[in-house]
Amino acid sequence: MKNNIQIKGIKAIIMRELIVFKREKERLISSIISPLLFLFVIGRSLNQDTVIAGQKYQVFIFPGIIAMNILFTSIRYGLYLIWDKRFDFLKEVLVAPISRTSLFLGKALGGVSGAMIEMFIILIIGHFFVVKLGFFQILGVIAVSFLSSFMIVSIGLSIGGVMKTMEGFGLVMSFVTWPMFFFSNALFEIKSASSLIRIISTINPFTYCVDILRKITMNYSVFPVYLSVINLLLWTFILSFITIKIFEKIDIQK
Amino acid sequence: MAIIEIFNLTKKFKDTEALKGITLEIEEGEVFSLLGPNGAGKTTLISILTSILKPTSGTARVNGFDIIKQPLEVRKSIGIVFQEPSLDELLTAYENLYLHSMLYNMPKDKARKRILDMLNTVGLYDRKDHIVRTFSGGMKRRLEIARGLLHTPKVLFLDEPTLGLDPLSRRTIWDYIKKVKKEENTTIILTTHYMEEAESLSDRLSIINKGEIIELDSPENLKKKLGDEILKIKGEIDSEKIKKLNFIKNIVFKDGYFIITSKEITQNLSEILKYVKPKDIEFKKTSLEDVFLNITGKKIEELDEE
Repeated sequence: MKNNIQIKGIKAIIMRELIVFKREKERLISSIISPLLFLFVIGRSLNQDTVIAGQKYQVFIFPGIIAMNILFTSIRYGLYLIWDKRFDFLKEVLVAPISRTSLFLGKALGGVSGAMIEMFIILIIGHFFVVKLGFFQILGVIAVSFLSSFMIVSIGLSIGGVMKTMEGFGLVMSFVTWPMFFFSNALFEIKSASSLIRIISTINPFTYCVDILRKITMNYSVFPVYLSVINLLLWTFILSFITIKIFEKIDIQK
Repeated sequence: MAIIEIFNLTKKFKDTEALKGITLEIEEGEVFSLLGPNGAGKTTLISILTSILKPTSGTARVNGFDIIKQPLEVRKSIGIVFQEPSLDELLTAYENLYLHSMLYNMPKDKARKRILDMLNTVGLYDRKDHIVRTFSGGMKRRLEIARGLLHTPKVLFLDEPTLGLDPLSRRTIWDYIKKVKKEENTTIILTTHYMEEAESLSDRLSIINKGEIIELDSPENLKKKLGDEILKIKGEIDSEKIKKLNFIKNIVFKDGYFIITSKEITQNLSEILKYVKPKDIEFKKTSLEDVFLNITGKKIEELDEE
């Protein structure tokens, strides 16, 4: 039972997430508002020069904001699992003849799909108001976003799988989401940061998401692209593995 | 043929023994009830039989599959309706069933037809495109029953199917359970702590308390064993003499009343009254509640509170 993968079951779970995503428009709207505030309020107000000659700060943080949206949406999505565990669909899935690996893949891909839709909206807005992107750049952003989202959804789902109540939501935001965002190169150039911040940022997998996206959108990166990609793949693999282990331990709560 | 065979099943939680060695066979096609107070171990037993929970020792076979070694096969053979609703409230009735059909790997065409049939069976066809959040408690239960039966399981588990429903909805659910039993020929295992429910639905029932099955038979036989009729008497009574009468099955004292059970009280009433100076007399046919009271010494509600 453990290593089976049931394609149809995975599809069912993804389909469920997409229907919910479509129906709960508030989730969509609330989660693209703050990235847009960052992009247009902070991005335009801090009109300083950036490391890259001739580029505005807003353009510099644009890939960081795309990644930010993926980060926040993906973590929050994972935490909805707590809700599911207590009420609806999850119980039905836990007793269905599908493996926990399938459950993980369905949940993860469902979350990725939602994050990708939001990402695309921000990408299009950015394309018209911040920086024009070519076809291949857009494709590149989509591919990297997909991988990043998968990795971060895994983090969210592992936390959601372990946590018992929604009360811990604020803690996760304070100790996981915001630190991952701030201790990265999303808003500033990592080379100009203090050494402590630089060290933490280098460990933070989110830094590499931003770095590749920045390479694609404005051809600038701190780390070599291949290194970032390997880093991301490795993290995705490890986190997925851990999350599947956690999923195998989820019991039905009475 | 036994569709479920349970071999000396035990389950220990940290400091409590939820199941103390249950051995049981359930026949194909019957409605089998587990009747008992809260905390008796009913839900634990069902959770183990549905492969959601691992037993501490012992095992069981469902539809010929071992619950520990072949959980996936067991899951394909069964349908479950939980005590608490497990429908997706954000989805429509149809969507809930459709996703279920995918999870159980049903072919698309077959699934579509079956979904509409089942919605019809439980009287929700007209509401198929409504969001489940808008449904009443009884409607949700009916939809869950339809979902539990969608993949034509051999066994349907119903954990307290009418808990929290008003009396009218409860009766409606009973009618639907009887209907699907006839139409689908599924073995149904239900837990309940409503006497009336167990009496009206089950072919056989087991009374379960503190992790043990203490009685097992058809509702009729259980009542016959106790005696068909009951006499409750308040007042002075020579219970030793009454006990010796050959048509008397049992006499107990509870809450100020002597409770006499007998096969034929009506015919022998004058005989009994010789030994009684009654202040108050009540006479009735034996109900399952009396059986329960006789076996456990308490009403089910009293045990619930313990």
